[in-house]
Amino acid sequence: MAIVYQKSKGLTDKELHYCPGCTHGIVHKLVAETLEELGIIGTTIGVAPVGCSVFAYDYFSCDMHGAAHGRAPAVATGIKRVSPPGTTVFTYQGDGDLAAIGTAEIVQAAMRGEKITVIFINNAIYGMTGGQMAPTTLIGQKTTTSPLGRTKEHAGMPIKMCELLSTLDGCVYAERVCVTDIPNLNKAKKAIRKAFELQQQNAGLTFVEVLAACPTNWGKPPIKAVEWLKENMIPYYPLGVYKDSAEVK
Amino acid sequence: MAGKVTFCQDRCKGCELCVSVCPKGIIVIDQEVTNRKGYHPAAVKEMDKCIACASCAKICPDSIITVERL
Ligand SMILES: Cc1ncc(C[n+]2csc(CCOP(=O)(O)OP(=O)(O)O)c2C)c(N)n1
Ligand code: SF4
Ligand code: SF4
Ligand code: SF4
Repeated sequence: MAIVYQKSKGLTDKELHYCPGCTHGIVHKLVAETLEELGIIGTTIGVAPVGCSVFAYDYFSCDMHGAAHGRAPAVATGIKRVSPPGTTVFTYQGDGDLAAIGTAEIVQAAMRGEKITVIFINNAIYGMTGGQMAPTTLIGQKTTTSPLGRTKEHAGMPIKMCELLSTLDGCVYAERVCVTDIPNLNKAKKAIRKAFELQQQNAGLTFVEVLAACPTNWGKPPIKAVEWLKENMIPYYPLGVYKDSAEVK
Repeated sequence: MAGKVTFCQDRCKGCELCVSVCPKGIIVIDQEVTNRKGYHPAAVKEMDKCIACASCAKICPDSIITVERL
């Protein structure tokens, strides 16, 4: 009997506190599997955000560091610059963390071309604090702070981080993926792996945006949340590669 | 190709994502069992139909599924 799939060594044995069907758990393991496959669990330092994934430092078996809300790219910059060559550094951030309070940090880190990998979880809402509108919330989407649905007049159009960051020279790789089904999950894994490989070559900042479901704050069972994501998020946030200016050697 | 799937049922949250991706449609939420978290956990009812594709295990957010090829 051969084992075809088992929990990655890149994850600890700790039970995840996430809600049933939350995408955070799926992305955690894609990152963990990548670290394991590249043989870099022992030489990687991750930076956890503020948001539902604030406890990510308990779940990854590499070294982890916490950061104040939105500041993960700045903390990761410091870690990367003082760590021995060959150290891999990544941040794992939600959309409230990266695209609201931490917009300055991610834009400046991308401009500087920091040699870090950023995993960005776009679930179109603030999960941890109870479902408030995020900069990524879709037009018409109801949240606790947009009970009648987001409008352009009031809140502008949702921010597209892959598109924005790809205009910066220091951001060498930006791809948007989702994990709603196995073909897309496989693509997401490839994107994450490529982002880490390019970092190992000191190419610049690498960015993977994952469209994610927050069944709890969307008020939908997990399967319905996945359907809502496909029908509503993908049309506004098209999947694909937005920047690929460095070749994997 | 036959497979064997093992669930760490105590940790299952009954989210049904594994059910949604199984090409053989053999994963069910076992309404007769309630785990210590209070969820009805996922289970495979007709294991002989499993093809060890690992789709269920790959998508499980809680990484509680192990797949073996027989
Ligand atoms: C300085 C500061 N401001 C506000 C908060 C409150 N807060 C905690 S998490 C969060 C938003 C999290 O949303 P997101 O980054 O989308 O992550 P998710 O929970 O959806 O995974 C906010 C506003 C805080 N902890 N610190
Ligand atoms: S609130 Fe949303 S993002 Fe947070 S754990 Fe629950 S489903 Fe996931
Ligand atoms: S391994 Fe494949 S066929 Fe077997 S239960 Fe899982 S998804 Fe279904
Ligand atoms: S995907 Fe995992 S947690 Fe969800 S029902 Fe299946 S086994 Fe349980």
